[in-house]
Amino acid sequence: MITLTHYVGLSFLLFSIGVTGVLIRRNLLTVLMSIELMLNAVNLNLIAFSRQLGDLNGHLFAIFIITVAAGEAAIGLAIIVSLYRLKGSVNLDDAAEMKG
Amino acid sequence: MDPSVFFFWVFAAITVVGALGVITMRQPLHSALFLLLTFLAVAGLFILQHAEFLAAVQVLVYAGGIMVLFLFTIMLVNVRRQAKEPFVNRRAGIAVLAGFFLFLLVGGVLTGPALVKKGPPADPAALKTTVIENSTARVVVPGNSEAVAWGLYRDYLLPFEVASVFLLVAMIGAVVLGKRSLEKFD
Repeated sequence: MITLTHYVGLSFLLFSIGVTGVLIRRNLLTVLMSIELMLNAVNLNLIAFSRQLGDLNGHLFAIFIITVAAGEAAIGLAIIVSLYRLKGSVNLDDAAEMKG
Repeated sequence: MDPSVFFFWVFAAITVVGALGVITMRQPLHSALFLLLTFLAVAGLFILQHAEFLAAVQVLVYAGGIMVLFLFTIMLVNVRRQAKEPFVNRRAGIAVLAGFFLFLLVGGVLTGPALVKKGPPADPAALKTTVIENSTARVVVPGNSEAVAWGLYRDYLLPFEVASVFLLVAMIGAVVLGKRSLEKFD
């Protein structure tokens, strides 16, 4: 029997992997992909609770999260492209002008 | 064995393997393909949870739209680097430790005393049907897409319209940011 805890556990594992990816990677593209992983984990959580509680609101929130994820990907990738034009690289370590 | 149990474990395994692939692959292109795998497996998990419409949206928007955006950007920035250069940053050791602590922290909460009320899931009728009633009639509409549509266009109409404005702003922002020269723009 697959319970809510299984889904929450999976979603949280996915979220942890996403956080680790954001923290360890140098490549901005992969960092953005890890953020998408985290958003997916949140969606999975919402859907699982929606099923457990028999409430449709989780589905609607997930749709809005997908909308925001699409906008975020578009803007993020545009920023990466302009950073590449500026620096000739998409490494996070190369964009450190504001480092104190 | 109940097929839904079997498919849960299959999709869960694919999800986790794909996610690990995203953060461990050296080439961004390989990461993107693993990300696609994860998106599709999560869509499968959505179907197991009676979220058929969301599974379709997941495939269309994530596996279709966002993935194409990623692949286009990988093509545009054309990252080619030597194999010996590290693909993780200098703080990778500490970062993995931080991720692991997050894992322990949330895992401790999750396995601790009653975060969620245990018990079988509620009746999924609300996810599969919609009841539309006014003073004279009461109609029960079947279907998950119909239920989501009624929720979206009736209960969440204002957020829905705001989301459309948001997408317009994001589109204009992406065009402006992606333009070759900002000086020529104004």
